[in-house]
Amino acid sequence: MSLRPLTAPWFHGPAGHEKIWLGCAILWCFVMSLMMPYWHFRGKQNSTGEAYTVKPADFFARTEKFVTANRVGTFKNPITNPMMQELPLVEPPAGGDAYLIGRMWQWYPALRLRLGETYRLHLSSLDLQHGFSLQPLNMNFQVLPGYDHVLTITPTSKGEFTIVCNEFCGAGHHAMTGKIFVE
Amino acid sequence: MSTSSHSLAAPGTPGRVCGTTGLGVCLDAQRFIKLNAVVGIVFLLLGGIAALLLALTRWQTVHLLPVDWFYRLLTFHGINMLILWILFFEVAILYFACTTPLNARLFSRKVAYTSFGMMLTGAVMVDYIIIAGQADVMMTSYLPLLAHPLFYLGIILVAVGTLIGVFNFFATLYVAKRDRSYTGSVPIVTFGATAAAIIAVVTLLHGAVVMIPTFTYSMGWTPQPDPAWYRLIWWGLGHQSQQVNVCAMVSVWYLLTHIVVGSRPINEAVCRTAFVLYVLFINLASAHHLLVDPGVGATWKIWNTSYAMYLAVLASMVHGFTVPAGVEIAMREKGYTNGIFGWVTALPWKNPAFSGTALSVVIFGFLGGITGVTLGTQQINIIAHNTLRIPGHFHVTVVGGTTLAFMALAYYVIPLIFQRDFIFRRVARIQPWLFGLGIVLLSFGMSFAGSMGVSRRSWDIDTQGVYGAAAHLWLGVLGIGGVLAFIGLLIFALLCVGTLLFGEKIEGRAMADWGTPPALAGSQPGSLAHDHYATKGTIVLVLTFLACFAVYYFANWKALTDVWPVR
Ligand code: HEM
Ligand SMILES: [Cu+2]
Ligand SMILES: [Cu+2]
Repeated sequence: MSLRPLTAPWFHGPAGHEKIWLGCAILWCFVMSLMMPYWHFRGKQNSTGEAYTVKPADFFARTEKFVTANRVGTFKNPITNPMMQELPLVEPPAGGDAYLIGRMWQWYPALRLRLGETYRLHLSSLDLQHGFSLQPLNMNFQVLPGYDHVLTITPTSKGEFTIVCNEFCGAGHHAMTGKIFVE
Repeated sequence: MSTSSHSLAAPGTPGRVCGTTGLGVCLDAQRFIKLNAVVGIVFLLLGGIAALLLALTRWQTVHLLPVDWFYRLLTFHGINMLILWILFFEVAILYFACTTPLNARLFSRKVAYTSFGMMLTGAVMVDYIIIAGQADVMMTSYLPLLAHPLFYLGIILVAVGTLIGVFNFFATLYVAKRDRSYTGSVPIVTFGATAAAIIAVVTLLHGAVVMIPTFTYSMGWTPQPDPAWYRLIWWGLGHQSQQVNVCAMVSVWYLLTHIVVGSRPINEAVCRTAFVLYVLFINLASAHHLLVDPGVGATWKIWNTSYAMYLAVLASMVHGFTVPAGVEIAMREKGYTNGIFGWVTALPWKNPAFSGTALSVVIFGFLGGITGVTLGTQQINIIAHNTLRIPGHFHVTVVGGTTLAFMALAYYVIPLIFQRDFIFRRVARIQPWLFGLGIVLLSFGMSFAGSMGVSRRSWDIDTQGVYGAAAHLWLGVLGIGGVLAFIGLLIFALLCVGTLLFGEKIEGRAMADWGTPPALAGSQPGSLAHDHYATKGTIVLVLTFLACFAVYYFANWKALTDVWPVR
């Protein structure tokens, strides 16, 4: 049967239990397909992939400008981590643009955001691919060199958040961290 | 005429008749099934040794390997398992599926040698360069990470070698048809293998498109390809090759349930259409690796995840019904008619080929399928991308599903093709259970740690200072599951190798029976062929499955609402 060629006619439509299951399965696949466009219009969490090509050097210059203009202090890491001992602490204007560089092996600079305000967060890399992973919220986005990945993001919880890198980027990958504070 | 005939029945053909099944076996095909299967199992063992060390490193309290060796062996593990073990074994399956069921002989010995030689050379190159520390780039080798040129060249050789093997498969099918070595339609096993082979061609072509410019770049001949382009095309290789694995696995399900309990597809038309769906709709599912990537828009992401993926998902849901339904019908016809699940308890659970298949169906469907579709949902991916939830998912598809099904197959392939009975048959009977249990624990550990934000491919989780006791606990579960799975894998490899060396020879006689359910008094073969309401147990099973699926799916949407709004 399963191992020998079929010689009798074998075509017949689904029937009985098989038809019931097929119906359920098709319906379920349909529900799942519709959930995504539904969420795209009605849900609040979406990855639209908004991005612009950018040269790493240009992105670096933009970030430096952003840091100089908006610096409010220095973040000193209480955890011993040679890759990230301190970072400039920068507060973007509410509703404005914030820049975050991923590079081997830190997220630069540290950001201070206001609860409920919306920011355009620009992510890019100066070297390899990195993974922006905001903890303990667990929100994850891919960061590529040459692409300015823009997240339009609204912090809705207060506290201290750690950015972890979750795309392999060499020997210091596990130690690549950054900070976002929400007040 | 007779000299050009590729039918096994033609005089002078190197063939033999199987003492167990009475089917014809082409000796050329047999040789290459042996070669490819053995080499595959060797790579499985190599990848398994790396797996043990990795699991003992991710188990944060043990934290065995130093950082460079962790990433080196992670690269090694991914390549040896996902590419080498799987591809070699699949070529063996293809050679079987195009010969014995069609009473045909293999198209060409030379082509088979070329394929095997290229694959093996490439494989040795890749493994060597990884262990030499020149390719710590993970199997995905995302640019701008750069490995030694031998790494890419090795992968290209493996891919081209496999393509040549696939060509041999298609040529055998063509010649078998032309020379009428069989009449009628090819059986479902061959049909499924053909679907796998078609997808393999598309997959391997993507591999060539992405690997060749990367190789020339690594030689300094051409500029660096764009990292986003690389990801798109690489996943045309990386994702679609998983569909090859699914097709091959499902074919093995049909094959083994037929051999062990005598089941047949309850509806050939539906089962075959499901395989066609895999071929038609998988092309673009590579999208679900790019769901939180920059540069590819929401419309593209949603369209490619839904239309493409859900029709392929539908196909898996069809097989998930027809495979157990076929078993149920066969068992009921044999006279096991008690209640809804009487046939389940009477199944030959001590037959490792059967338990391996059944576990593969359940693990793949209940764990792998449900998590895969959920994680591949565009927005839900935000709370899962690159966390340990991802390896938590694929260790219950390609390991608990495909690898376990292939192990199950070996319990028949070795006696039937190598013609030796297994040694230590008692140990073999528990092997699938041990491996299955280990993988399920491993996957649970990964998935729960991942939902607490622990990332994949990370040597350490204490430097970040964000993960608490619960995450550490789940990494412990990962570790224990990994050790159990490794023991299961080691037993499998040792049993296979031991049997090839010391197993009792079968010549002309039937292989030792692993245990099949005997027909009871009152058994009526074929009696339920037209009863479409006989699969009561299976329908209960699949509806339970659907309920679990829906709960898990919507629980994840709920979890998504807890994170910050983002566009
Ligand atoms: C004894 C059985 C196995 C164990 C204990 C095991 C364990 C692991 C562990 C601990 C990781 C690292 C996860 C991370 O940190 O990101 C991993 C990764 C992986 N495993 Fe396995 N594994 C096993 C079998 C397999 C098999 C049979 C396959 C394929 C057929 C496989 C495919 C992979 C792949 C593709 C990766 C990802 C590599 C990467 O991130 O580049 N594993 N495995
Ligand atoms: Cu990084
Ligand atoms: Cu990293």
